[in-house]
Amino acid sequence: MAIRRVKIFSLFERFWHWSQMLLIVTLLITGFGLHGFHDVFTFEEAVTLHTSAAFALLLLWIFSIFWLFTTRTWRHFIPSASGMWGVLRFYSYGIFKGERHPYRKAYWRKHNPLQAMAYLMLKIVLFPAIWITGLAYLFYFAWRDVPHATQWLTGVAMVHTAAAFMILAFVLIHVYMLTIGHSFRAHLMPMINGFDEVDLSPEEEAYLSKDQPGDIR
Amino acid sequence: MRASIGVVAGALFIALFSVSSSARDTWPTPPATAVAPPQVSGPLQGGTADHTKFDQLKGPFSSGPEVTVACLGCHTEAGDHFMRNIHWTWSYTNEETGQQLGKRYLINNFCTNSRGNEGMCAQCHAGYGWKDENFDFTDETNIDCLVCHETTGTYYKTPNSDGNAACSVMFEGKPPIDLAAVARSVGLPQRANCGACHFNGGGGDNVKHGDLSTALKSPPRTLDVHMGVDGLNFACTACHVTNRHIWAGSRYQVISKDLEGTGKPGQRSDVATCESCHGLSPHPVDSLAGFKLNDHVQSIACQTCHIPEIARGGVATVVDWDWRTAGKTKDGEGYHEEGYIQGNGNHRYTYKSIKGNFTFDENFPPSYGWFDGQMLYTTIDTTFDPQAESIEINGFSGSREDPKSRIWPFKRMHTWQPYDKGNGTLVYTHLWGEDDAAYWGNYDMGKSIARGMADFGLPYSGEFGFIQTISWWPITHMVAPKEQALGCGDCHAPTGSRLASVEGVYMPGRDHNRWLDIIGTLLVAGTLGGILIHGLVRFFSPSHGPKGEQH
Repeated sequence: MAIRRVKIFSLFERFWHWSQMLLIVTLLITGFGLHGFHDVFTFEEAVTLHTSAAFALLLLWIFSIFWLFTTRTWRHFIPSASGMWGVLRFYSYGIFKGERHPYRKAYWRKHNPLQAMAYLMLKIVLFPAIWITGLAYLFYFAWRDVPHATQWLTGVAMVHTAAAFMILAFVLIHVYMLTIGHSFRAHLMPMINGFDEVDLSPEEEAYLSKDQPGDIR
Repeated sequence: MRASIGVVAGALFIALFSVSSSARDTWPTPPATAVAPPQVSGPLQGGTADHTKFDQLKGPFSSGPEVTVACLGCHTEAGDHFMRNIHWTWSYTNEETGQQLGKRYLINNFCTNSRGNEGMCAQCHAGYGWKDENFDFTDETNIDCLVCHETTGTYYKTPNSDGNAACSVMFEGKPPIDLAAVARSVGLPQRANCGACHFNGGGGDNVKHGDLSTALKSPPRTLDVHMGVDGLNFACTACHVTNRHIWAGSRYQVISKDLEGTGKPGQRSDVATCESCHGLSPHPVDSLAGFKLNDHVQSIACQTCHIPEIARGGVATVVDWDWRTAGKTKDGEGYHEEGYIQGNGNHRYTYKSIKGNFTFDENFPPSYGWFDGQMLYTTIDTTFDPQAESIEINGFSGSREDPKSRIWPFKRMHTWQPYDKGNGTLVYTHLWGEDDAAYWGNYDMGKSIARGMADFGLPYSGEFGFIQTISWWPITHMVAPKEQALGCGDCHAPTGSRLASVEGVYMPGRDHNRWLDIIGTLLVAGTLGGILIHGLVRFFSPSHGPKGEQH
């Protein structure tokens, strides 16, 4: 086993991450504006930006889902309890004692168990909750004549808003996590240049060195 | 760095969908011409006859009915057509509620009732000489063609009976009318023709409607985008299209939601709805907001956004009338007080002995509510709880759940007016007359009610009081140019929303679930707090530093 600098985030993944970041920030700012928490934008501007960003994000997600399944990278997000306790213990205790982070990135497992679980929940619970209710919200006038449409709309709005609060909380924790361990910059760079330190098996190391020399340093 | 392409592309995504600011300032205002083009009067345009050349109209005429005979000599069917319309009958039976409506019978909360006061009120009847129950509604020579069709502006009407000297003095000293000249001037009705009555409903300029004032005789486009003399210069009949002297557009049966739009090619000629010209998707779909606005057509009447304020154009409307103070005299004579200067600089009376106190207002936002087009009137036949705090002269129905309803703007008129305290009914007051029971001149409300009721065989307990009444006037005129229409944020706002009182719908921006907001805010604040504490403990723990490595 050897720690090598390996390209773990492809160009598409980095594009996905950063454009998703921009779109989600836009959605959060305009969304809470629409909700009445601030008036940086007029309602019309906020609706236009919010809806445009939402459509862009849905398009991005369509591409990313296609990417995940055609490249088999979806397997990074399979939940696993193994090692979870160690990670939890580290964040709530070990970190204060100056311990080492217990997780080592593997080539086919670039997220620690807690990360994998968090991202999976984001992908299969929070994101669907917000885009399904968002579309229902946007196209309210297409179903306004079904019985109890107003009550349904109230429910849709509440789920949408609740999901937004939770996504905001996720974003805050996600950014804070970058400060844990290495420097903020060291955590940020893999998502910019794609390379991070990964624990490679000799076979992986040999394979990468021979067949994908550009992906290993 | 290649990866930065991603960031740039992300920004592009947003730029692609950026807000398209509708360039509202550049909306082409038609060029102003020295003389406004002729008013546009609906489908009938450019006639084939020049009435100044007609021998039949040479005159001389000694009375209005003589002119009518001349008119009917050529327009052989006009009398028959005209006598079926509401301007003649002043009567309307609502087919859905069965209520007997129409000016002839109704009670309003302005001068209260025309019934029994026709000598005065029927000045605005499109006929000659209606002063009491003996008027012959079958005599077509009693039709007044001129009031609607003359174009000289010199024609006028006076009360059909003398009335008390206290009032009749107002109508003295007017110049004689040259009936022949007036007759030769006839054409399609101009705004001033309709306005002679409709701008002055309720006893004065814009008193009643709030959206119909003399400012519309020659309005700028900014006051009314359709009628503006520097714009389209529509006459009333451009929208209130006419078929056999029956006009589209009814206050008794309002089409609150037009589902047909423009209909078959060409203009629908049986309705006065906005949609009959503008269609069911009236907003240009050049932006996301345009899409959403077209969606809103299902729930919001066009008027709600496009008529931002009532009584624009410098002429105020009455919003409150108090009959309780009527009847005060100075040295036994009635008097009046000026107390309001309106936008165009004119003074308005805020007290008249014959009517009581008025409150004026102008440029104010309407009231809003779900409206299905159905008005429910409190008529002379309606009984109510005499102890009621207030009653609605014309309540309206409608709700979010009703597919015909939309949110409409209304002028709310509040009045303290006399009623029968014993029986719990509204009353006919005998205001106009030469006798000693007529309120206008004698100032005795009890006597006036007793006479007003007795004349029509109606029960009266003998005890009157004053009750608060509300009437609702759907606002549909003085449509502002689109750059003055309400914006999204005028309604979608947590405070000060135009639709703050409208129920039955969840409106983003206006509505919140309080608990969700509290819990959500706590979640975010708790997260930040947790991060802060975690960070501080790390900072102050004995061995902090960049040792923790990967996360």
